[in-house]
Amino acid sequence: MEYFPILSTITFLPLLGVLIILSINGEKEIVERNSRNAALLTTVATFLFSLVLWFSFDKSTAGFQFVEEAKWLGGGIQYKMGIDGISVLFVLLTTFIMPICILCGWDTIKKRVKEYMIAFLLLECFMIGVFCTLDLVLFYVFFEAGLIPMFLIIGIWGGDNRVYAAYKLFLYTLLGSVLMLVAMLYMYGQAGTTDIPTLMQFNFDPHAQTWLFLAFFASFAVKMPMWPVHTWLPDAHVQAPTAGSVILAGILLKMGGYGFLRFSLPMFPVASEQLAWLIYLLSCIAIIYTSLVALRQTDMKKLIAYSSVAHMGFVTIGIFAFNIQGIEGSIVVMLAHGFVASALFLCVGVVYDRLHTRDIDRYGGLVNIMPKYALVFMFFTMASVGLPGTANFVGEVLVLVGIFKVSTWTTFFALFGVILGAAYMLYLYRRVVFGDLTKEDLKAMLDLDKREILIFAPLVILTLWMGVYPTSFMDFIHVSVDNLVTQHEASMATYHAAVQTVAGN
Amino acid sequence: MYQAIVFLPLIAALIAGLFGNRIGDRGSQIITCGALIISAILSWVAFFSVALAHGDHAEHVQVLSWIVSGDFNINWAFKIDTLTAVMLVVVNTVSCLVHIYSVGYMSHDPHIPRFMAYLSLFTFAMLMLVTSDNFVQMFFGWEGVGLASYLLIGFWYKKPSACAAAIKAFVVNRVGDFGFALGIFAIFMTFGSADFAVVFSDVASYTDKSIHFLGMELDLLTTICILLFIGAMGKSAQLGLHTWLPDAMEGPTPVSALIHAATMVTAGVFMVARCSPLFEYAPGALEFVCIIGASTAFFAATVGMSQFDIKRVIAYSTCSQLGYMFFALGVGAYGAAIFHLFTHAFFKALLFLGSGSVIHASSDEQDMRNMGGLRKKIPVTFWMMTIGTLALTGFPFFAGYYSKDMIIESAFAAGTGVGQYAFGLGVVAALMTSFYSWRLVFMTFFGESRASKHVQDHVHESPQVMLVPLYVLAAGALFAGYIFHNYFVGEHYEEFWGSALFLAGENVMEEAHHVPTWVVISPFIAMVIGLATAWYFYIKQPDMPGKFVKTFRFAHALSYNKWYFDELYDILFVRSAMKLGMIFWKRGDEDTIDRFGPDGVSALVVRVADKFKQMQTGYLYHYAFAMLIGLSAFVSWFVLGGQ
Repeated sequence: MEYFPILSTITFLPLLGVLIILSINGEKEIVERNSRNAALLTTVATFLFSLVLWFSFDKSTAGFQFVEEAKWLGGGIQYKMGIDGISVLFVLLTTFIMPICILCGWDTIKKRVKEYMIAFLLLECFMIGVFCTLDLVLFYVFFEAGLIPMFLIIGIWGGDNRVYAAYKLFLYTLLGSVLMLVAMLYMYGQAGTTDIPTLMQFNFDPHAQTWLFLAFFASFAVKMPMWPVHTWLPDAHVQAPTAGSVILAGILLKMGGYGFLRFSLPMFPVASEQLAWLIYLLSCIAIIYTSLVALRQTDMKKLIAYSSVAHMGFVTIGIFAFNIQGIEGSIVVMLAHGFVASALFLCVGVVYDRLHTRDIDRYGGLVNIMPKYALVFMFFTMASVGLPGTANFVGEVLVLVGIFKVSTWTTFFALFGVILGAAYMLYLYRRVVFGDLTKEDLKAMLDLDKREILIFAPLVILTLWMGVYPTSFMDFIHVSVDNLVTQHEASMATYHAAVQTVAGN
Repeated sequence: MYQAIVFLPLIAALIAGLFGNRIGDRGSQIITCGALIISAILSWVAFFSVALAHGDHAEHVQVLSWIVSGDFNINWAFKIDTLTAVMLVVVNTVSCLVHIYSVGYMSHDPHIPRFMAYLSLFTFAMLMLVTSDNFVQMFFGWEGVGLASYLLIGFWYKKPSACAAAIKAFVVNRVGDFGFALGIFAIFMTFGSADFAVVFSDVASYTDKSIHFLGMELDLLTTICILLFIGAMGKSAQLGLHTWLPDAMEGPTPVSALIHAATMVTAGVFMVARCSPLFEYAPGALEFVCIIGASTAFFAATVGMSQFDIKRVIAYSTCSQLGYMFFALGVGAYGAAIFHLFTHAFFKALLFLGSGSVIHASSDEQDMRNMGGLRKKIPVTFWMMTIGTLALTGFPFFAGYYSKDMIIESAFAAGTGVGQYAFGLGVVAALMTSFYSWRLVFMTFFGESRASKHVQDHVHESPQVMLVPLYVLAAGALFAGYIFHNYFVGEHYEEFWGSALFLAGENVMEEAHHVPTWVVISPFIAMVIGLATAWYFYIKQPDMPGKFVKTFRFAHALSYNKWYFDELYDILFVRSAMKLGMIFWKRGDEDTIDRFGPDGVSALVVRVADKFKQMQTGYLYHYAFAMLIGLSAFVSWFVLGGQ
């Protein structure tokens, strides 16, 4: 096992799938069927490979594991992979969600099936790469490259207004990327390396840290997304096909949070601490503002998209609490949101596939004919609301416990999200599922079929598992987060000592 | 054994809920009722072995670790002491009877397995709440009963009013949970733990400490306790957060009996009693509890006097009785509060199930204006309701007589300002309680029938499966007070409670046994006056209520419209949230962020391109554009090279 490049295998296995699909030729129907099968097989195989990480990850060390290194581009830039407690679960989340995505577009994607599957496999490769790579340049490449398939997924298989949505996504992300690239070049100039573990130890000048932090912030804040750079998300979700929404909510949004944990906190500790107030402010605004907006939505996907922004507010608050509960909580919120928001988008997908509208007013009374669907939707509604016993609760309570030690005001405002969250989700559920079945076109709708049950079952199990016995998951992250917090406190102590010396002179 | 008590209902709920189609109506009834009967028997066993045995038999059962993060360490664990044992008995006994009653009451409903599953699920969550050994697990139960309550209020999902009531119940409870959660966070920050054992043993060393909360310097323990109490106010429908409870009557009547009378709504009382070690060191918080409790007891009683919906009258009565329990807690009479919780569970469940029997008999009619004269037609139900009413109004030697009078006397004996306030309002509320309770009985069972011919022809007594639970509860309403008062509030107090309830100072209930005679008899007199007035208004002079309403138009309107709380909240919270949501969406996202953000940028690009065309003819633009380029180059250089 020592020499088997497991991370590269997981990362690039999807590319193998792409090659296989590219080689499929023949009649349209055969091509489509084989492409689907190949994509499903590839993603399942990737998931099975990634289970190696689950079983052989060493939970007692904070260092990077499964490290692979190779010189690249003449030695200046290297190819380096490795994971620690912070990234391992994101890799698993990605490989877990992918087969679900492939399955959920199984029957509904009718045009350009081959290209659709290729886009998703490419996306998987890039997303896993983001979480695995330990080189700055490689990170940038994966981080930005992931945008391209997403752009195509929305632009080709999206709804009526897909071009606007894709363009909006592009414009926002471009702004962040450019600034992040500039900051990366500067960091390379300073530290002389693009090796992430080395950069994490490098002490950047506190003044420069502020600018670097803001540049990275621009990119991560857009990805999260944080208020006020969130407006691309509702449009992107609304226009994207169901699987695209699932990827977007389930994994792509987590890249922002992961970026904060991997770069901002360890590399710019002083700036992080100094600008934490800004994060709190924006997060609290996001939570209350988007929750209120969600209350008024008439489009199911838009509502859940806005709720995602609110949930991500908890993530940023937790990360910038700088303590174990806050950071562990934010990771759990991200994972939980990966299950729950994905499932909610799938729930929307189920009825969209049948009636081809996301307009809430067109529905009502579904419980009368779709009891299984009503049960699943209720489960994830409650999970989204953060009912104890589901994964979200564990994350949210840890985040709030963590932030309470730092800022009671932030806790106070963030808790409004908990009240409003209940209001908008239950209001949505009531309008779609409860009530009498009066609308004619709804009466022929069928309940969940076997494929759909197969999609939801693992999500339900994981949401409950993580809610009732989160230890199985959190054991992975304890040591790394503990190390992150200790390092952060050490750098802050050094900084304060230095400031005092200067003042003393 | 404790695992069996708690998890049997969950298992039954899962079987009935997920496989209800396969095992059928009868199968799911057998499974859920069977599980609850076993749980109830085991609960009584636990009660005798923990509460009534000599010595302190508190037990601790570890099940599984839950959330571990740094020093934040929460377990799934049970703490069984006398307080828990009392709650186990109350919850499982009433729940078991309600399960059985539902077999008859819901027999015509198409969704029997779902209903039984929800009932059992609720019972499980409630048991998790009362057996918890830490605040976070308690919160789990707390939210779990909220979920079950939501599902059961909205059980008849076709009715828009039921759906609205369900959402209202959940959201208003969330407002209370807001406070509860903040309280838990503050506790963890202070004590480094959320386990009852740790918190309660350390609390004495935190008196006179302060906490920096929302920019204010506040007394630590008082703040924590008030935050926790806000949670209790939500769950137990106290003044301000009470608006969901009357609406919750949209649910089926067995639900009202179980959740909205006997068990869930008393969770707040239980929580404050459980936290007695905290509250005892926070006298300010106790005063707050006392004032809110007494005000609620008074307020809800005033509203109860003018309602016509039979279930709403009982709902306001519940709200009012919960107020009694809270002001008992507020003056430090924890035993009396729990005693009232205990007796109230019997007679209020009896009243609700009895009213269910009335509704069942009169073709789902709930408006008392369309009832009357039912005494002869459904005599068993009539006598059961009368027993419940006698117990509720505190007629001598009925259950309520022991517990409610104890509360009123304790309030007087406390000798404090808030105690006097509570005593005064408590006696007045007792008068009103008697009035509205007898009004209910007289309007429903006496006089001429006001129902339509069709309904009158169909009036029938309920089947035995519904009546037997009534007999059991009636036995409780008759004897629970007499049998147990020595344990809960009397001479065996210390032995019975052990370490479950904590008192920092004197036991106010000791004093309560020695109050002046006029204090002792005042609730009785109030009860008699209430009964006499009701008799005069609704039997002797049936035209009196109309005249009274004409004379005291304002007072009646205030009472009839529930002091306009719903209208006020609608304007303050619901509409303004909706309005803000619209403003943020249209003005914020679309008109501001998008307009100056992505849309603005793209428009700018187009415009700049246009200008670019014109540049050949205008120096000015040329110059400006060049400057812009230069500026950005300069900034880039500065950032890149500014080392």
